[in-house]
Amino acid sequence: MVDLSYDYETHDYDVIVIGAGGAGLRAAVEAKARGLRTALVCKSLLGKAHTVMAEGGVAAAMGNVWAEDNWQVHFRDTMRGGKMLNNWRMAQLHAQEAPDRVYELEAWGALFDRTEDGRILQRDFGGHRYARLAHVGDRTGLELIRTLQQRAVQLGIDVFMECKVLRLLTDDDGRVAGAVGYWRPTGEFITFTAKATVLATGSIGKSWAYTSNSWESTGDGHAMAIWAGADVIDMECVQFHPTGMVWPLSVRGLLVTEGVRGDGGVLRNSDGTRFMFNYVAPMFRAETAETEEEADAWYEDHNNNRRTPDLLPRDEVARAINSEVKAGRGSPHGGVFLDIATRRSAEYIRRRLPSMYHQFIELAGVDITAEPMEVGPTCHYMMGGVRVDADTQAATVPGLFAAGEVAGGMHGSNRLGGNSLSDLLVFGRRAGIGAADFAEGRTGSPQLDAGQVSATIGAALEPLGRDGGENPYELHHELQQTMQSLVGIIRTGPELEEALGKLAELRERVGKISVDGTRAYNPGWNMATDLPSMLTVSTAVAQGALHRKESRGGHTREDFPTADPELGKVNFVQRQPSARGPDAPIEIGPEPLPEMPPELAVLFEEAH
Amino acid sequence: MSDVSMRIWRGDAAGGDFAEYVLSSQEGEVVLDVVHRIQATQAPDLACRWNCKAGKCGSCSAEINGTPRLMCMTRMDQLPEGPVTVAPMRTFPLLRDLVTDVSFNYEVAKTMPPFQPPARPAEGYRMQQVDVERGQEFRKCIECFMCQNVCHVIRDHEENKTHYAGPRFFIRLAELEMHPLDTNDRRELARQQMGLGLCNITKCCTEVCPEHIKITDNGIIPMKERVVDAAYDPVGWLGRKILRRTKRSAEEAAAGSPS
Repeated sequence: MVDLSYDYETHDYDVIVIGAGGAGLRAAVEAKARGLRTALVCKSLLGKAHTVMAEGGVAAAMGNVWAEDNWQVHFRDTMRGGKMLNNWRMAQLHAQEAPDRVYELEAWGALFDRTEDGRILQRDFGGHRYARLAHVGDRTGLELIRTLQQRAVQLGIDVFMECKVLRLLTDDDGRVAGAVGYWRPTGEFITFTAKATVLATGSIGKSWAYTSNSWESTGDGHAMAIWAGADVIDMECVQFHPTGMVWPLSVRGLLVTEGVRGDGGVLRNSDGTRFMFNYVAPMFRAETAETEEEADAWYEDHNNNRRTPDLLPRDEVARAINSEVKAGRGSPHGGVFLDIATRRSAEYIRRRLPSMYHQFIELAGVDITAEPMEVGPTCHYMMGGVRVDADTQAATVPGLFAAGEVAGGMHGSNRLGGNSLSDLLVFGRRAGIGAADFAEGRTGSPQLDAGQVSATIGAALEPLGRDGGENPYELHHELQQTMQSLVGIIRTGPELEEALGKLAELRERVGKISVDGTRAYNPGWNMATDLPSMLTVSTAVAQGALHRKESRGGHTREDFPTADPELGKVNFVQRQPSARGPDAPIEIGPEPLPEMPPELAVLFEEAH
Repeated sequence: MSDVSMRIWRGDAAGGDFAEYVLSSQEGEVVLDVVHRIQATQAPDLACRWNCKAGKCGSCSAEINGTPRLMCMTRMDQLPEGPVTVAPMRTFPLLRDLVTDVSFNYEVAKTMPPFQPPARPAEGYRMQQVDVERGQEFRKCIECFMCQNVCHVIRDHEENKTHYAGPRFFIRLAELEMHPLDTNDRRELARQQMGLGLCNITKCCTEVCPEHIKITDNGIIPMKERVVDAAYDPVGWLGRKILRRTKRSAEEAAAGSPS
């Protein structure tokens, strides 16, 4: 007999940060450095968050390799990569502050690769005009998370590891006042009261079948923000990274860093043709090489040659690969070929791309210094998210802040490679400051609403008390198939309608899940408590995609194949204004983008 | 397709046993894939810790056919024919099934004095690639804790856990000692409080490291040499006397000073 009685422990802090990837760690470090009582709550062990998977580097216009680089160029690249849907102020702050955030990591012990004269080396990446990514081989994310983790430990931040947050708690006046969750090892419940709460929960990719994301990327923060009444924007803008592994099936979707192309790798179809030359959109034609000779010469001389089309922004490359495969020119396992073996020495490849080398040799039996890789698009990154104030990262609900992938606006409709690690650092810090300021100014102690706590815990316990119901793994599988086939890289109106119908059916069935075993480290139960988030977020993505009747960045509509200038001026904003929670509808509508000031707008008129 | 037979440890601190699961085999699968299929079809509450499934996060450490390995990087078709045994790491207390309580490592981490650089010059820090590469090798560590798991100093002697940091943290010390900018001196700390001397360089840690870090040769042995030089070398002692230079005591090193 399963024991459904419960008790819960309570904790009180000035600031709680939910999620301990780069953004969460950086936010917590900032709040703690201000002397506030700070807690960091994460679903996994500390240091295991998805940030470790980031490979290529941190984009920051330090100008160490190309002195011509500066924040204005980085800003312009970022906005153009996002197809101008970005929040201009976030893109500006990001470009301006990223170099300082990288130097700060260095002062905290990060060991970046160096230039000949001993400065931080920077590498080329898609959509960046100059070599701009500070990096450590192809394991930059690990360096970033470990450095921040060691900093957090040094500062003595309280860390709640393997602790899953279920719901945000709100005051009578609608301010966020804390959160309720459970310890995964024991299943015991836990509540926090906090003057300010920072969401840094990362991505949503686990709702797709082929994804580079880990199990944690279930969109908990996106969903909890919606359930707390906060606005989310651009939920239709999901990035499919062009190069994920396609074989063996068990690793399908696993990321192959863009650094392969930054370091000289090229894409080829089954005829051996470098097909990217055939997919250069008008927006990028002036700055993209037209011949293989020019493209190859660009690696050595950026000033007298134009860049290779292999390094166009990710949305462009992903669509091109999709088209080649559809046209019957794909590789044996349904991708295309990524070739660096014929272009760089084995020693160079092993030194620059050590983890790619190991990943392929160990998981696919492919030696990338001798053979091409097979790659194809994989669900990778969520551009959309919680609508925030650019300077403070405050959400539209008081007391709530968001940073990193769970926040929307910074990347517009498509993120450039390397801009996520810099995003984490710049806006993690700003969210920490924003939350600390709010906490210091908040009057009175936040009160725990026992009704909200017991309702949340009661819902979480239901599957354990039920027999013969739905299997959570089966529901997750059906969700992944639905999102993969109907809300994937190429979308149509009728398929999105079908997806919304299927998601509504899955929401019903989630209410009938039954789970075996106890609450102690029970992955079936954990899955059951992740599914409501995944369904809320998937619904918002499908709704956004249905409403944005155009193709822009990561969002491609087969029935509306071009960009609509009018839709380029709006965000689709979604919220639950009154009825809230996993079963309540989410309203959606367009709202105008913040207007860019003339001194920045002029950057897009000059010929570069 | 043929079948695979898995013997997986089920149980908690109170006790347990191996349970047998038979599944169809699938091309290219790793051990973690099979564990996931068992969860989805036969044992939904089978506890297993994992994250990235790409050998980068170090969460899914287990003892596979008796050898510590990452479940996500161990291909089924490269294991010998016959049942595959998967057991939790033995050095750490069992939480449930394949999941252990690795908090020992997080506690040791708190005792490591952090990186302590000099003030940043106006033109920024300068370091040569060849110098940072020594530390970069150790910073490849994904904290899978398999080196800690196989280290007999704590695997077979629970009582040593109070005064032995273990290989993962010896390379952390080595990384800081070899950092071109670090100003702290952790040699006495390594000798007196971290138990560096207890390691008798059997290299078990190096053998199981999934990142192929030469933990013993490049980390522990150079650290032992530095510690010995600092503690016992009479020439060094005389030199310090003449130059009136003192070593940092273990306490001073541990206190460090936040940068």
